[in-house]
Amino acid sequence: MKIFLKLTFLFVIISSLILSRANAAGEQQELLEVDWSFKSFFGKFDRASLQRGYQVYTEVCASCHSLKHLSYRNLAEKGGPEFTELEAKAIASNFEVTDGPNSDGEMFERPAKLSDKFVMPYANVQEAIAANGGAYPPDMSVLVKARKGGANYIYSVLMGYDEPPAGMELDDGVYYNKYMYGNKIKMSSPLDDDIVEYADGTKATVDQMAKDVTTFLQWTAEPHLETRHKLGFRVIIYLSVLTVLVYFSMKKIWSRIETKV
Amino acid sequence: MSDHEYTPKSKVGKWFNDRLPLLTLANHLTDYPTPKNLNYWWTFGGILTFCLITQIITGIVLGMHYVAHADLAFQSVEHIMRDVNYGWLIRYVHANGASMFFLAVYIHIFRSLYYGSYKSPREVIWIIGMLIYFLMMATAFMGYVLPWGQMSFWGATVITNLFSAIPLVGESITNWLWGGYSVDNPTLTRFFSLHYLFPFLILGLVVLHIWALHVPGNNNPIGIDIKKPSKDTVPFHPYIVIKDAFALLIFLLIFAFFVFFSPNILGHADNYIEANPLVTPAHIVPEWYLLPFYAILRSVPDKLLGVIAMFAAIFVLVILPWLDTSKVRSTVFRPIYKQFYWFLVADVLILGYVGAMPAEGLYLLIARVATAYYFAHFLIILPFLGIKEKTTPLPLSITEPVLGGSADMAMARNNPDFKEKL
Repeated sequence: MKIFLKLTFLFVIISSLILSRANAAGEQQELLEVDWSFKSFFGKFDRASLQRGYQVYTEVCASCHSLKHLSYRNLAEKGGPEFTELEAKAIASNFEVTDGPNSDGEMFERPAKLSDKFVMPYANVQEAIAANGGAYPPDMSVLVKARKGGANYIYSVLMGYDEPPAGMELDDGVYYNKYMYGNKIKMSSPLDDDIVEYADGTKATVDQMAKDVTTFLQWTAEPHLETRHKLGFRVIIYLSVLTVLVYFSMKKIWSRIETKV
Repeated sequence: MSDHEYTPKSKVGKWFNDRLPLLTLANHLTDYPTPKNLNYWWTFGGILTFCLITQIITGIVLGMHYVAHADLAFQSVEHIMRDVNYGWLIRYVHANGASMFFLAVYIHIFRSLYYGSYKSPREVIWIIGMLIYFLMMATAFMGYVLPWGQMSFWGATVITNLFSAIPLVGESITNWLWGGYSVDNPTLTRFFSLHYLFPFLILGLVVLHIWALHVPGNNNPIGIDIKKPSKDTVPFHPYIVIKDAFALLIFLLIFAFFVFFSPNILGHADNYIEANPLVTPAHIVPEWYLLPFYAILRSVPDKLLGVIAMFAAIFVLVILPWLDTSKVRSTVFRPIYKQFYWFLVADVLILGYVGAMPAEGLYLLIARVATAYYFAHFLIILPFLGIKEKTTPLPLSITEPVLGGSADMAMARNNPDFKEKL
């Protein structure tokens, strides 16, 4: 009986090993790893990188990708790119929004205010699809959280444009990307060296821009990341101290009887 | 039960207690004699109560800001994450809280399986517990639909479609569940309504669960009947209260780690994409805590039989007190059952693993073997083992193993359980 049981156990272990190997074989190309400043327990955003990332977003991505869950006021909020309120107002006023109806019952155009949501590049999903060869450029507000691999995935896709391997046929308007699922992407490589000019003098290499815009998108997906890390650290400290106190109280109370706890 | 007469000291207290004996109840709860040898696996009852209350409180707050509408749900969740004060914290506690709740309930259930807590005279506690577990799964499933992401939508589509397997009335039932001809706004609103209702049903069942527990009292790691109160027991307060508090704090440390430092690791990235009925995700996977049942469902080639197998997997648990024929409760004294117990644990873990994998090739084969073993454990091994297994001698009282004192064999032989096994 015991031998039978041990054999079964062996079978279980072996089969799970096979499973995990089979699983590893089916994995996608391994993503590029970046040592992001926002990772780790005390992770914070690199403020300058966020501001540069916003610039890349507006000058490159924003023509197709919306950020519909963000408002212009977010740009001036703590834990974000932290533009000054004046700067954020100036950014907002570059955009036109439809407001109304006014007292005459008519809709009117006005410059955007801090309280307005980011203006979308297309009026609706259909227009976005029609303008982009049948592929919908996804909204970028929570894109980092919506992709397995998160920030590393976004960065990898931006860096992953390459010549297709021999024998791979690509249709018109389809591009090869090492890290995209299925390796086919309908967005042409969006970044080229010096496609933007950074105000702070940082050299706008593809790698630099990819890092900056990914940092920015991590913030749009997790605007309260810094608060979360800070609060989390305090909560863990508080709980640890309380745990120690309660542990010794418990020892004291249970010492009244001869049972170990 | 320790139903010694209790009289409040103050006059007002006595006046009130004669009309509504709340003080008697409070006294019963503090004095409740608890076996002193309970190990830390017994602290999960308290932890689960904490989880339920946390889910209800965070859920009520989320409900104040959430909009149950197919066009607005996703946006309102983002509104909670961005604009509501500490909304991100409340939502992450609620979402990770569900996972922690299931982690605790699985430990609680497997503790019961190990120490035979489901056996006479505690069958009713066990059955109520299984009802709670079933309602928890339903509640969690509907809760996952509410953000109206891709996994919400397609998970709801897959699970509700299961009912269409029922002969004759299947399609009508599915349409009735949907409130239409596909998962859509009416489905979302009714799921929200039920997701809000079920936790309170669970709360009611938890009260019954604890009430039913307080009739025979706690089982214990040795699994023998004890006199209450006696030198084998301690009053619930302060002994068990402080111990539960300590265990809860350890649990909270792990909980806090998930909430603050990797809040999305237990979820699925696809659920941050808005629901789109025209785009099916590559793999539709339920939350981790439902995976073993999902594996059982998919391991059967026939849809109807698969659904039956899935529900039967829960039903065998309900009738477990009558499937396990052994009179000895604790696995400590059941050397052969002990090995099968760990096989079952491994089996359920394997089912969970293959449940997350595509149902094809080797995965499917393993899922089928594991499903067959799952049912064999409850329907063949347990009834047979109870009759055949030679258990080791039971101690006379828990003070004996607890103190490591001398085993008085003369007294032990008078123990009815022990005699039976000789």
